[in-house]
Amino acid sequence: MAKKSIGPVRREFKPWESPDHEPFIEFRNVTKKFGEFVAVDNLSLKIYEREFFALLGGSGCGKTTLMRMLAGFETPTSGQIFLDGQDLAGIPPFRRPSNMMFQSYALFPHMSVEKNIAFGLKQDKLPASEIVARVAEMLRLTKLEQFGKRKPHQLSGGQRQRVALARSLAKRPKVLLLDEPLGALDRKLREETQFELMNLQEELEVTFLIVTHDQEEAMTVADRIAVMDKGTLVQVATPAEIYETPNSRFVADFIGDVNMIEAKVAEKSGMGTRLVSVADGFVIESEQETDAGVGDSVWYAIRPEKVRIVQGRGQDGVPNQINGLVWDIAYLGDVSIIHSKVGENDDDIIRATFANVSRMVEKPIMWEDEVVMSFDRDAGVILTG
Amino acid sequence: MTRGPTWFNITSLVVGFSFLYLPIVLLVIYSFNESRLVTVWGGFSTKWYASLLQNEQLLDAAWVTLRVAFVSASIATVFGTMAALVLVRSGRFLGRSFFSGMIFAPLVMPEVILGLSLLLLFVAIDQTRGFWTVMLAHTTFAMCYVAVVVQSRLVGFDKSIEEAAEDLGCPPVKTFFLITLPIILPGVIAGWMLAFTLSLDDLVIASFTTGPGATTLPMKIYSQVRLGVTPEINAVCTILVALVTVGVIAASIVTKRQQVQRERDERAAFGNDMT
Repeated sequence: MAKKSIGPVRREFKPWESPDHEPFIEFRNVTKKFGEFVAVDNLSLKIYEREFFALLGGSGCGKTTLMRMLAGFETPTSGQIFLDGQDLAGIPPFRRPSNMMFQSYALFPHMSVEKNIAFGLKQDKLPASEIVARVAEMLRLTKLEQFGKRKPHQLSGGQRQRVALARSLAKRPKVLLLDEPLGALDRKLREETQFELMNLQEELEVTFLIVTHDQEEAMTVADRIAVMDKGTLVQVATPAEIYETPNSRFVADFIGDVNMIEAKVAEKSGMGTRLVSVADGFVIESEQETDAGVGDSVWYAIRPEKVRIVQGRGQDGVPNQINGLVWDIAYLGDVSIIHSKVGENDDDIIRATFANVSRMVEKPIMWEDEVVMSFDRDAGVILTG
Repeated sequence: MTRGPTWFNITSLVVGFSFLYLPIVLLVIYSFNESRLVTVWGGFSTKWYASLLQNEQLLDAAWVTLRVAFVSASIATVFGTMAALVLVRSGRFLGRSFFSGMIFAPLVMPEVILGLSLLLLFVAIDQTRGFWTVMLAHTTFAMCYVAVVVQSRLVGFDKSIEEAAEDLGCPPVKTFFLITLPIILPGVIAGWMLAFTLSLDDLVIASFTTGPGATTLPMKIYSQVRLGVTPEINAVCTILVALVTVGVIAASIVTKRQQVQRERDERAAFGNDMT
């Protein structure tokens, strides 16, 4: 069977952009306190049907608590949670139409793979023939056909992960909750599984909510990402928006690698903004307009791959051009990340990515070379918070 | 470099094991004694085992003991498991350490005191003493042993397994019987066996709480020995020792087999990781 590309479906899928679209899951002013500790702080969030939604954040940011409240294992201190128009307050976990895949997989050790998958279906009192058919379908979907009779301890980590996935999908839940589902897998297997998850989600047309601390994972699988910090949402947007136009220093720093340049606003016009770096006095021209006033301190965030780097020395004072001295080189094979010193202080460093397009370079960029770095007017973002 | 046994090691081994097992070995040997005199060897015979089957008093006592042990171990297992669940699962609640202290206190309480206090209780509530009072008394002290054994099994239990069952639509009570109990079953069975054994060989508490018509085997043996040891007693004891030994060996073989099988499975699974 030839694999279908999920691209065409994904490209058209933007329910969050139409204001009259009803959300499928809604958190309304949800707060959760554990004693004095506020795990989730007055949080509101809308997730749409068939969306692959990622909650992303460091440990203790409240992402898992948010998911466990949706599953029913935690009760909100205040606020409401709606699923498909129904207020979930007071509904115990075993009556909720969501299913969860646990970080530890939580397989039943005394049951075979088949019995694990059939467990949820038996609770629904489905006829035996239907259960058998559904289990077979799930085994096929997760490529576990030959392992049906095995016990969990007779499986490898990757296989256990797929059993957990099959078990949580067997009941065809309205929402599948995935709590760090790939955390225990090695890198290669994790990458494969990410794409399998996306295809599965497309095929089954189920809403997926994934909790992860791995930004690459969130960006790969999700339609939209919510970046969380200290129990609040910092930014909710598509992976590209989060990466290219972060709304705060926290998001810019958390997602990917970034140069954070402290600068003062020198001039504002309809054409954009002119900044002067605090450390070295170089001029940055951006087509972005900012709320900050002239003379205010702001941050200019620019990704290393948006900085071009060549050997040599440029004229001083040219906008979006910085002279530097190569300080450190990280050779990663596909790219090198070149750290150049641009100011007096040791931490006045700009990082630029240099794609290693040819195998041998006659005169590669070396330590202590003079380099000139440049970028476009739309390459970075001005951040005030 | 050789690290063979030294004379000191061998001597320690012989002395230590003799100290532990010589009395039992002597008891077993003399149970096959032809002579009526316990201390004089009169040739090999199994006649005392045959006459044991004719001794209705001893057989009655054995039957009482088995019934008491079975019923009290079963009840103690139910209560002990419940206590262990509460102590491990309920998290922190007011008086948690007080309760766990209370559960374990009978482990170190002198049996004489436990027996006496139970006797006073039964007298106070005017309960006729007999089978049921011995059974209740044994349940009381065996329960805390069960709680300890089951608790150790529960500590390593991944709570999310129960959450997964509930998430899949299984109500909490059903989850306990379908998921939790099967997983902690080895601990529960071990607890039951411990309670059974403790009840089998208890003399002190049974003496305090029993009444006419409910003499247990340890009490019978004790009272007979005071009148003089007969080779029949040796025979009874040998049977008891044999039963306990077989039980212990069987249990350890089963455990070992499971462990070996598990390791083999895990190696097999590791081999086909990428399939």
